[in-house]
Amino acid sequence: MTIMTVNRMLPAVLAALLAAGACATPSGTPSGAPAATPAATPAAAQAPASAATPLSISDPWVKTARSGMSAAFATLVNTTGEEVTVVAASTPVSPSVELHEVVGDGGATTMRRKQGGVVIPAGGRHVLQPGGDHIMLMNVRTAIEPGAEVPFTLTLKDGRTVSFTAVAKDFAGANESYAPHE
Amino acid sequence: MSESRYPAGRRLTRRGLLAGGAVAAAAAACAPVSAVPDAAGHASTGQTPLPGGTAVEPFHGVHQAGVATSPQTFAVFAGFDLRPGSDRTALARLMRLLTDDARRLTRGEPALADTDAELALLPARLTVTFGFGAGLFEAAGSRHLAPRLLPAFKVDALQPRWSGGDLLVQVCADDRVTLAHALRVLVRDIRSFASVRWTQHGFRQSPQVRAPGTTQRNLMGQLDGTVNPGPGSADFDRAVWVRDGWLRGGTTLVLRRIRMDLEKWDAADRAAKEFSVGRRLNTGAPLTGRAETDEPDFAALGPSGLPVISEYAHIRRARVADPGMRILRRAYNYEDGLSPEGRPDAGLLFASYQADVARQFVPIQQRLAEVDLLNQWITPIGSAVFAIPPGCAPDGWIGETLLS
Repeated sequence: MTIMTVNRMLPAVLAALLAAGACATPSGTPSGAPAATPAATPAAAQAPASAATPLSISDPWVKTARSGMSAAFATLVNTTGEEVTVVAASTPVSPSVELHEVVGDGGATTMRRKQGGVVIPAGGRHVLQPGGDHIMLMNVRTAIEPGAEVPFTLTLKDGRTVSFTAVAKDFAGANESYAPHE
Repeated sequence: MSESRYPAGRRLTRRGLLAGGAVAAAAAACAPVSAVPDAAGHASTGQTPLPGGTAVEPFHGVHQAGVATSPQTFAVFAGFDLRPGSDRTALARLMRLLTDDARRLTRGEPALADTDAELALLPARLTVTFGFGAGLFEAAGSRHLAPRLLPAFKVDALQPRWSGGDLLVQVCADDRVTLAHALRVLVRDIRSFASVRWTQHGFRQSPQVRAPGTTQRNLMGQLDGTVNPGPGSADFDRAVWVRDGWLRGGTTLVLRRIRMDLEKWDAADRAAKEFSVGRRLNTGAPLTGRAETDEPDFAALGPSGLPVISEYAHIRRARVADPGMRILRRAYNYEDGLSPEGRPDAGLLFASYQADVARQFVPIQQRLAEVDLLNQWITPIGSAVFAIPPGCAPDGWIGETLLS
């Protein structure tokens, strides 16, 4: 799992992992890894898990945009004993939404569609964040104003859905170039 | 999202690594067990934090923090002008954003979209306090609830660049780096709604230097704040907190920027300085007493038959007999550099909190403006009045009693 995770990390975090490895921590899991680490403490969840919601979503936010592209971020915590895969996301403010990853390419970074969706290991968590995996809004039709609460729905591999509301924040980053051909 | 692209061919060098955010993450893995990870587990102080750094002031409660809170070493007061279009709905969005930022930052966690998460990990008793000026009430369609402006005082030499403002953000912390980061995070969320009108930085003698609860010295060398209501007392509650209406649990802030003519103060001898205030400079004791907390004897006469504490002395003019009608002074010194001739631009950010500006602050200031020997050396150059809304619960937001 760790190896798989490293493969899709952005360079800075990959470097952190390598650096962490160099100081030979007794625990096998580097605490700096943003993706797919076991949830040490359940984060305050806006959408608490129930029997029907295998994922709890904490700290969701979306970048403000008048139109065009934007991105949403959150920490996804798998509250079940089974692996959970998010295969799609949707929001009323953009008819087209994709799950993206950011990959390094000779020092430059590019984002692209994440094949196979976002996998959250049993009892683990996955952080969607700028420079990493994120929910990409391809075509914002309704302006996302700062402080607005924007509804999102994630669709899981088994067809179940998980809904949450992300708060809109002005944000300078998350401007990776898009490579749809990849 | 194609407006910027990282420079092609930028390799992962050791130097690039150090410059990037990777180091902290790496440090987390190497750091002692006491290092503090954030909620997501990917930021760390990188070293063992000290108790002063990790100290937290509670954010939630009936009252906003930063008023009854034992004053932190550093403060910044920032005043904002609302942009056209920042109406009631927009203000509710803004205050929800700011409350969320403050809630996270004050407990030592990065805010959402915080790009410098490591700077959030040592709260150092951070408090964030919000205030609403008259213009905000106008924008919210609640003009009738706006705090009344102060009358003009004859000592005033007010400058627009230090006066007014629709929205106040007061940030206090025992660490200046923490303060800078918190202000930056908050301002990033404010910019779409308002522009900056003024920023006023202040400092006090720190708790590491002077025991909390004791009176600090201002830049004229005076113990400043002796007759203050004590937090937790009935007098404090009556003097500071509003008891009804939308502002119940809140208070009001009068922020006055008072310039000190320190060059002229240098020219006064010690006896003249003490006579003008009515207190000893060393102990802060009234001229009729021995200890700072001794009650001044305003009836006592000197050998010449004149009052020991002058009719024109600051403490006589500022005196309020009823402790529940006093003001809470939580002042910070300011010192904004030197002129080419070596004259400091210095003074006091006089932050006065009271339940009722008109009944408590105004009468005192009117008496001082009429006659106060200290007026020879001090000049108010900025002035602003804000309602300080009540605090909120963990699921609430500051300003909800006005804007929701």
